[in-house]
Amino acid sequence: MWIYQKSLEYPVRITKTDPRMALLIITQYGGPDGESAASMRYLSQRFAMPTNESKAVLNDIGTEELAHFEMVGSMVRQLMKNATPEQIKAAGAGGYFADHGKGVWMGNAEGVPFTAAYFQSKDEVIANLHEDLAAEEKARATYEYLIRMADDPDVIDALRFLRMREVVHFQRFGETLVSVQAAMDEKKFY
Amino acid sequence: MSAEQAAALEALMAEVFTGVELNLYLDTHPWDEQALMCFNRHSAQLMELKHAYEARYGPLLGFGYSPSPDKWRWNMSPWPWEMA
Repeated sequence: MWIYQKSLEYPVRITKTDPRMALLIITQYGGPDGESAASMRYLSQRFAMPTNESKAVLNDIGTEELAHFEMVGSMVRQLMKNATPEQIKAAGAGGYFADHGKGVWMGNAEGVPFTAAYFQSKDEVIANLHEDLAAEEKARATYEYLIRMADDPDVIDALRFLRMREVVHFQRFGETLVSVQAAMDEKKFY
Repeated sequence: MSAEQAAALEALMAEVFTGVELNLYLDTHPWDEQALMCFNRHSAQLMELKHAYEARYGPLLGFGYSPSPDKWRWNMSPWPWEMA
């Protein structure tokens, strides 16, 4: 069960229209290292987690990723909302506009639709946690690429918050991996 | 949304974020008593801010976790993505 809170996790207030930046940032909405893949990955993998700590970490980070999914969607919408069709076409986003208008759709920066093939979920805690650590690093790198391409301080501020959360999640997954391995070692009898 | 309401909401969001961060930290450091005390202190502060905010501006949480006296206020704008 989830309860909706009527606020974002961190403020997104973008007033400068930039459809080109919107369609780059959208990869963190529905792309390979985006927030939807992250959330669905952790919320699916949690069912196979063996310890109380690992169940909590996957559940809680998977939930926080939903809030990031909402932040990224808000950024895309605010960057697109006041754009004219001419501006969108000039920004090279005409293909997106033809398919979705200014609607927020789950795809990567090249328009490839979201797919569950972006993540795994196995009944193997070590495999799952290693994937999760890699996922956080890949998402951090993507946010850094986006920050390098952004020029609006309001966009950069929100992207920096999201980048920072990837670093914290990587830390928590690392601690979880160490404690799961310790728990597995304890259970071995020779 | 008035500047006053936006400021009240931001103060509450900061408190919620503190809760998110301490919750994740405590998931992997459950023995850290200082962090636990900090979590409970912020949780109490958050409840106070939530009640004060909701009394003035309407419900923050859906599905019955926030009351809606007098009239249905949940569906009132702005929604979180409309704050620019």
